[in-house]
Amino acid sequence: MREIIGYFFMFIGVLFDAVGCIGLVRLPDLYNRLQASLKCVAMGTSLILLGTIIIVGVSPVGAKAFLCLLFILIISPTTEHALARASYIAGVKMWEKSIVDRLNEDKKSETG
Amino acid sequence: MINLLAIILVCCIFICLFRIARGPSASDRAVAIDVLGIMIVAFGAFMSIKTGKEFYLTTALVWALLNFIGVLALSKFLEGKGFDD
Amino acid sequence: MKKLVLSMISFIVWVLLSWPFTPHGIDWQAIVVGIVASGFVGILFGDVFTDSPHRFFELKRYFWLLYFIAVFVWAFLEASFDFAYRVLHPSLPIRPGIIKVKTKLKKRAGIAMLANSIGFAPGAVTVEVIGDTLYIHMACLRYQDTEEATAYVVRRFERILERIFE
Repeated sequence: MREIIGYFFMFIGVLFDAVGCIGLVRLPDLYNRLQASLKCVAMGTSLILLGTIIIVGVSPVGAKAFLCLLFILIISPTTEHALARASYIAGVKMWEKSIVDRLNEDKKSETG
Repeated sequence: MINLLAIILVCCIFICLFRIARGPSASDRAVAIDVLGIMIVAFGAFMSIKTGKEFYLTTALVWALLNFIGVLALSKFLEGKGFDD
Repeated sequence: MKKLVLSMISFIVWVLLSWPFTPHGIDWQAIVVGIVASGFVGILFGDVFTDSPHRFFELKRYFWLLYFIAVFVWAFLEASFDFAYRVLHPSLPIRPGIIKVKTKLKKRAGIAMLANSIGFAPGAVTVEVIGDTLYIHMACLRYQDTEEATAYVVRRFERILERIFE
C-alpha cells in the first residue's frame, strides 16, 4: 500500500519534470523560461523525493531524502532570483510583446 | 515501474541538453544547467530506490550543493562584478 | 550566543546526515564526532551568522514559521499548476512584464525571505531589490498599479513574515 502511494507521487513528479522541460523549449524569452522551468522542475523533484520518503520510511535513506527536499526548497528560489537579476544586469532583452517594464522606466528617470 | 519513470526522466534530460546546446545567450545556458542539476537529484533518488543503496542520495545531496554554488558563481560572473561583493 | 545557535543547527543537520540510530542502539561515536565538529563550526563561523540570536528561543515564532510553511507550500502548488496549464496550452496565454511593489519589512533577513517566497508565488520572480522597493517579473500581469500589485502579491507573505522576523 505504502509503495503504491509512493509510486503515485513519483509519477506525478515525473510528469511535472516533463512539463518543465517542455516549457524550457517552448516559451519565448528568458524570464518566462526561468520561472516556468524552475518552478515546475522544483515541484516535480520535491514530489519524487516525497515519494522516496513514503516508500522507504524512517531510515538513513529517508533522512537523506528529507534533507535533499529541504535543500531544494531553499536553493531553487534563491538561484531563480540570482539568475533573473544577473541576466537583467547583463542586458538580456525581454520578449517584444511584454507589457510594461517599470525597472527600465525608473532607471531612465534616475539618470536623466 | 521505476524503470519506466527513469526512462521518462532521461528523455527530459535530453530536452534540457538541447536547450544547453542551442541557447542564444549565456544566461539561457545557465538556466538550463540549473534545471539539469535539479533533475539529476531526482535521478539519484530513483537509483537509490532501485538498488537500495544509500550513497546515491548522498551523491545527489552533494550535487545539489555544488550546483547551487556553481550557479551563484555563474550569475555573479554574468553580472560582470568581482566574486567578493 | 550566536555560536551556540549555529552549533545547534549544524548538529541537527549532522544527525540527519549520519543517522546514528542503528537497530542495536545509538551509535555514540558518531554523536561525539558530531558534537566536536559542530562546536568547531560554531566557533569559526558564528560571527557571520545572524544579528539577533535571542529570537531563536522564542517559541511563538516557530508556530508562525509552521503556518508560513503551509502558506508557502500552497502558493508553490498553485504556481506549478498555473504554469503547467500555461505551458501545455496551445496558444501560450502569457502577458509578461516587470512591475514594482513596496514592502514594510525592515530586517534584511525578512526582505531576503520575502524575495525568495515571491519566487514561488504564482508566476512571479524578483528581479531587483532597491531599499524597500521590489521589482518583480510576472508572467501573467493582472495589475499594473503599484498599490494593487502589492496587495495581490506581497501581502499574504508579508503579514506572516512580520511575526517571524520583526
